[in-house]
Amino acid sequence: MTDSSSDELKPKAKSAAVPVARKAQKKITRGPGKRAQEARRQFLRSVALTIGVTSISLLGFIPIPADAKRPRLRPPGALSEEDYLSSCIKCGQCVQVCPVNAVKLDDIGTGFGIGAAYIDAREQGCDFSCDGLQCVLACPTGSLTHTLDYTHDTRMGFAVLDKPKICLAVAGKGFKGQARGPDYEGLLRYEEIDRWNPIPLKDHPYDVEICDLCVQACPIEQRYNQCQAGKPPSGDENQCPPQRAIGLELIEEKNGVKHMKPVIYDGCVGCGVCEMICPTAEPAIIIDYNKLTKIPLSEHYMAKASKGDH
Amino acid sequence: MNVYLESIAQLFGRASRKIKKDEISPAAQKLYYYKKGQTVTKAQIQELHDEHQKNRKNKWLKRRWFSIIAVNLLFVVSWSLDIQLLEGSLTASRFMGFHMADLNSALQVMLAYKAVLINLLIGVVTIFIAWFLLGGRTFCSWACPYHLLAEWAESLHLWLFKRGLAKNYTFHRGVRSVFYVIFALLAIVTSYTVFELISPTGILSRAIIYGPGLALIWVAFLLLFEIFLSRRAWCRYVCPIGITYGIVGVFSPLRVTYDLTDCKHEGDCRAVCLVPHVLDLTIKNRSSDVEVGLGADCTRCGLCVDACPTDSLNFEFKGLTRKTKKEELPLMPEPPAGKEPSDEQKKEAKND
Repeated sequence: MTDSSSDELKPKAKSAAVPVARKAQKKITRGPGKRAQEARRQFLRSVALTIGVTSISLLGFIPIPADAKRPRLRPPGALSEEDYLSSCIKCGQCVQVCPVNAVKLDDIGTGFGIGAAYIDAREQGCDFSCDGLQCVLACPTGSLTHTLDYTHDTRMGFAVLDKPKICLAVAGKGFKGQARGPDYEGLLRYEEIDRWNPIPLKDHPYDVEICDLCVQACPIEQRYNQCQAGKPPSGDENQCPPQRAIGLELIEEKNGVKHMKPVIYDGCVGCGVCEMICPTAEPAIIIDYNKLTKIPLSEHYMAKASKGDH
Repeated sequence: MNVYLESIAQLFGRASRKIKKDEISPAAQKLYYYKKGQTVTKAQIQELHDEHQKNRKNKWLKRRWFSIIAVNLLFVVSWSLDIQLLEGSLTASRFMGFHMADLNSALQVMLAYKAVLINLLIGVVTIFIAWFLLGGRTFCSWACPYHLLAEWAESLHLWLFKRGLAKNYTFHRGVRSVFYVIFALLAIVTSYTVFELISPTGILSRAIIYGPGLALIWVAFLLLFEIFLSRRAWCRYVCPIGITYGIVGVFSPLRVTYDLTDCKHEGDCRAVCLVPHVLDLTIKNRSSDVEVGLGADCTRCGLCVDACPTDSLNFEFKGLTRKTKKEELPLMPEPPAGKEPSDEQKKEAKND
């Protein structure tokens, strides 16, 4: 490396030690040169890109309600709306395991809710026909909490008779035919037909003198009745709901008029089957996503929760 | 170790530097010295380039496109046939029942939810080991559906650019690291997985499996931006998934290796590369040794391997790839008659 010293004296001379010569040249051209200008522009562009992309990503806040209310019915076991959206990894494994295709994924219109699972009860309610809460088992993050083992410990929402005026039972009317018409694609499990395979709702027409489809189809009611008959589902008494969820009652109005009316009891978990099957053009009964039953969760659930299982 | 630190610095956005002469191994110095004596004319290089383009088989490109399509279709097929082979989507899935979780999505969820989730951790470890063995950013070019679309958009961009119909605004590469920190902080502060809103990887994977949605408009916007304004902007300057997998691949045994011996330094590899800075070592006097692995930012896409007319770039799995070729051949081709040999001998003597 003896020739490098001579390079410093004569930078223009061609030699093997190129780096030294280049360094010297760089010093001379430094200033508001083309390269510096381009670097400055590139820096400003990079700042603009950062601000731009970050701002766009924050647009996800717009559709999020400030009071953390559920804009959607969430699948069984869903954590509180805030925790649910934090922990959901948006993979859709819950969608894939649902035997009645009740679970769907949200689009970008819901902001940070993008890719998170929801149930459109009117399209397809959760009839628990998988019995084992497959979506909960599939969830890799516990967004649908793994503490949940039994149907009646689900807390999705709570049914309300939203439009009693159009309810067929209130009007004293019966119902005959396909609950949702011939074009409806929804599925429902009828244990007496096939315990394992839900069938299209349109393949199971009804004929009742007073419409009680919501009561008949209620998965909690069905389990409750099985338990009352001494035949709990899968022979497991833990499967028995602690209370009824819905029933038709004879109501006497103040003016003395008597009529039947679906009454929702504390056993309701908000699965959405009543909203789905309600045969009126608009459902008379719907699910309130933000209301939950007041009855306590089962001991089994509480014991599991206290162990901190996810 | 220093090599790995440099590789990480490069991943985070540091521009590659000219290396000092004493950092170049004697063997490599010898080669550079020899090449200095050999004048390669532009015409010769053009001929070499044209000849290679004529016979080019795009072996790795074909394999890679097949891989991206196969991986993403496997999700669809598995669900539609209900064979439970690969359930979920690219953000989190189960392969034959085993949990797998995209590292970046899992990180976002854990930061937003502020809890370590056991199933997710299992998935993270599985995926970490898998992509470590496969090369880290291999995920980008061999599995990410956006990569494939962006590649097609890139060809369109290059076509338009050549005709002056598109611009190519560049950004500082360090901005991707800034985004990485921003999205991590946003997840912590807002408790939402903010990045998932704009991640084209997640959006596309879900669109392929569960059906298209409005979110595809965002993906289309990104592609248009890349076509008309900035070549491969998302992958180069924004996507934190790339950094996450880049870190996984720092010590990965699978990589593309550069062999200085026959390289003509014509730059065909850098012209096709998504991350050309990893190929800066193919510039004359930039490679520290005769054989060097490319840095962690390399997505192992193999475009450079396909493009190289002199076979100087090749895939290597450390410890498995046999280097018989190099051992059998002499280090250098026979020097032509002239002044050079004597100079070289002098040089050799000096080095000894």
